[in-house]
Amino acid sequence: MAPRSSSKDAQDLFRALWSAYAATPTNLKIIDLYVIYAVFTAFIQFKPMFLFVNEQVVYMALVGSFPFNSFLSGVLSCVGTAVLAVCLRIQVNKENKEFKDLAPERAFADFVLCNLVLHLVIMNFLG
Amino acid sequence: MARNLGGLLALLFAVSICGAVTIPGPVSDAHRSAALELFDGSFSSLEEAYEALRVFEILTIGNKPDVSTTTCKKVVENLGSSSPVKDLFYALKVNDILKCKVNGDVFKDIALRLKATVNDASTLVEMYYSIGSLVLIKDQASDVDVLLTDADGSFHSIKALSQSDGRWRYSSNNPESSTYAAGLALEALAGVISLASSEIDQSRVNTVKNDILKLFDSIEKYDDGTFYFDEKFVGGREHQGSLSTTSSVVRGVTAFAAVTSGKINLPGDKILGLANFFLGIGIPGDAKDFFNQVESLALLENNKVSIPLVLSLPATVYSLSKKDQLKVRVNTVLGSAAPPLTVKLVQAFRSNAKDSAIESKELQYDQNNGIHFLEAFPDNVDVGTYVFVFEIALHDSAGEKVYATGGQIHVPIYVTGIIKVSNAEIAVLDSDLGSVETQKTLDLAGNDDVSLSANHLQKLRFSFQLTTPHGHAFKPHQAFFKLKHETKHEHIFVVGNTGRKFEIILDFLGLVEKFYYLSGRYDIELTVGDTVMENSFLRLLGEVDLDLPEAPEKAARLPPLPVDPYSRYGPKAEIAHLFRAPEKRPPQELSLTFLGLILLPFIGFLVGLLRLGVNLKNFPSSAVPATYAFLFHLGIAAVLLLYVLFWLKLDLFTTLKTVGFLGAFLLFVGHRILSHLASTSSKLKSA
Repeated sequence: MAPRSSSKDAQDLFRALWSAYAATPTNLKIIDLYVIYAVFTAFIQFKPMFLFVNEQVVYMALVGSFPFNSFLSGVLSCVGTAVLAVCLRIQVNKENKEFKDLAPERAFADFVLCNLVLHLVIMNFLG
Repeated sequence: MARNLGGLLALLFAVSICGAVTIPGPVSDAHRSAALELFDGSFSSLEEAYEALRVFEILTIGNKPDVSTTTCKKVVENLGSSSPVKDLFYALKVNDILKCKVNGDVFKDIALRLKATVNDASTLVEMYYSIGSLVLIKDQASDVDVLLTDADGSFHSIKALSQSDGRWRYSSNNPESSTYAAGLALEALAGVISLASSEIDQSRVNTVKNDILKLFDSIEKYDDGTFYFDEKFVGGREHQGSLSTTSSVVRGVTAFAAVTSGKINLPGDKILGLANFFLGIGIPGDAKDFFNQVESLALLENNKVSIPLVLSLPATVYSLSKKDQLKVRVNTVLGSAAPPLTVKLVQAFRSNAKDSAIESKELQYDQNNGIHFLEAFPDNVDVGTYVFVFEIALHDSAGEKVYATGGQIHVPIYVTGIIKVSNAEIAVLDSDLGSVETQKTLDLAGNDDVSLSANHLQKLRFSFQLTTPHGHAFKPHQAFFKLKHETKHEHIFVVGNTGRKFEIILDFLGLVEKFYYLSGRYDIELTVGDTVMENSFLRLLGEVDLDLPEAPEKAARLPPLPVDPYSRYGPKAEIAHLFRAPEKRPPQELSLTFLGLILLPFIGFLVGLLRLGVNLKNFPSSAVPATYAFLFHLGIAAVLLLYVLFWLKLDLFTTLKTVGFLGAFLLFVGHRILSHLASTSSKLKSA
């Protein structure tokens, strides 16, 4: 019985979480979606690396981390984007009193500028 | 390799023949073309102009550069003005050849001036130029009175400078005597004699003749029989070389002999030796030397003392196989025909033996070609180096006094022929018993190849015979037997001979150390060569497979191969650069798969956006902000596109420059649109 009740608890917990999340404003949801997208992309890029490490026998011939800078820049661009998006979310969130005086437009401008700088570096590193 | 060595042998052969020619031929067309090159028509002084014109005149060069108008202008200038005596002298000499138009009065003035100079002159050179000029005026203007009233006095003043050994001093206060000055003095004395109004005392003339004989006692001699004069003192005047000294003496002696009656008893071989000296120089590269040589030869060509006849051979190498005829030419020094004469081959002997092969044979005369020839060599003239001794006998016995033939003339002659190589045999012998294990005969003229094998207990014997066309034994300069290992280590042995048989026996037991215990295949090469052997050869006989014992511990190490001296200057070995091998990359399909996988989250993102109900309703509706909004997005797209280009082909500097411009633009439009949005949202809030 214990496992069933615990799984039911978990379902309840998720449902509660979801309903609580549904209350967040749409623009924050968009940012969340964007962050998730970035993280997944990063994960996919990681995947060959992990496969290489864990299942050497199968993938050694296929995949290496040889253009290591390319691999790094790919992952870091995703992670960097995700971090910047999180920063944007923090600034845009109206519940955060700390950034009450900051206009969301200003935050967005910062986000754009930081992205451009980040990607300039990424492109330079890509080789 | 064999061809190279063959070429080298041929070269050595040619060089040894060229080096043997000691008898110079008379002046030929080579001199004429050289003269045209040396005297190209630009003369800085009348002296040079005279030398050039005189050379052209002697060598009878037809298409000489035409310099008469410019040179004549110079001549007239020099004769008119009160120029130095030396310039006058050369102006007159040039005029003698070119026959420029000179006013007769000019000659009269000059003659007066020159006569005064003759009387006052204190140095030999002044005397020489002024008397020489007067002689030239005498020839060019017959109406001018040039005769010296005090010829005896002038004669005496020149003679006073002579020394006891036949040489002269340049002036009375100069104690040094000079051979060059003797030549000048003799020419000046000859001039005085021809200018004398009354005859010079014969006894005085005879003392001068005596001086000449004394002068010829100091003549110097080279080993090959050429005679020349050299200046003994150095300093004072400019130093004269042996060529100019000798030609000065020749000029003086021939001029003096021409104006005096009676003969000067100079030995004919010395005159011939002088001619050989001038001819032996070849073709001088210097204009002055060229003039001295050619003029002296021209003076010797018809002088009153004795005219040298030059014996020359068109070739000194004769082939028995081609049945060459021995040919001899006799000419005067300038190459004109000699008087009727017979050339006698007194003797011919091998250069290393004294017994003569030919004794006293007269050469036949070919009237058409002017060549004396020997029909055929007698049978006892075999291949080898010979010395032929010739003698010239004039048909007219009176000619003996006019011509200098030089007695017996020794000429080195090479007689070449094809040497017969026969009975070539190569054999491997068992060392202890001397029994023949394998024996092969070789045809050395053909392309036979042998293949042998031997071990260190055996011997290799190689033998052949060399026979001259007349059946005698022949011993060449070179007879080498060479063993060459695969590793290029080679060993050369001299093949010795007993009689006509050449034999070499290689005892491998004694040679193992010399061969560095190197077993394996050795190529056998034979070199037989000589300057008189027309079929000298270097050929591969075959190979021998040697089985030598293992090298002991203490055996000498194999020396490094000698470096080919040519390779030192040849191209260096190409440098092969080492690059890091590119690492393995995943196959293209895998990479493309992951590219597709990366698109999946993006699709998920778009789907999520749709589910969230994203719209563009907040996009500004009025014209100006919409433009700014549009430009803002366009700017961002442009920057991203630039990044892609940066990745693909641009460099950092170009990219940063462009990013700078785009960034400024983006800042402007971004600020406009975002502040517009901010103001609308704050308005909304306040409302």
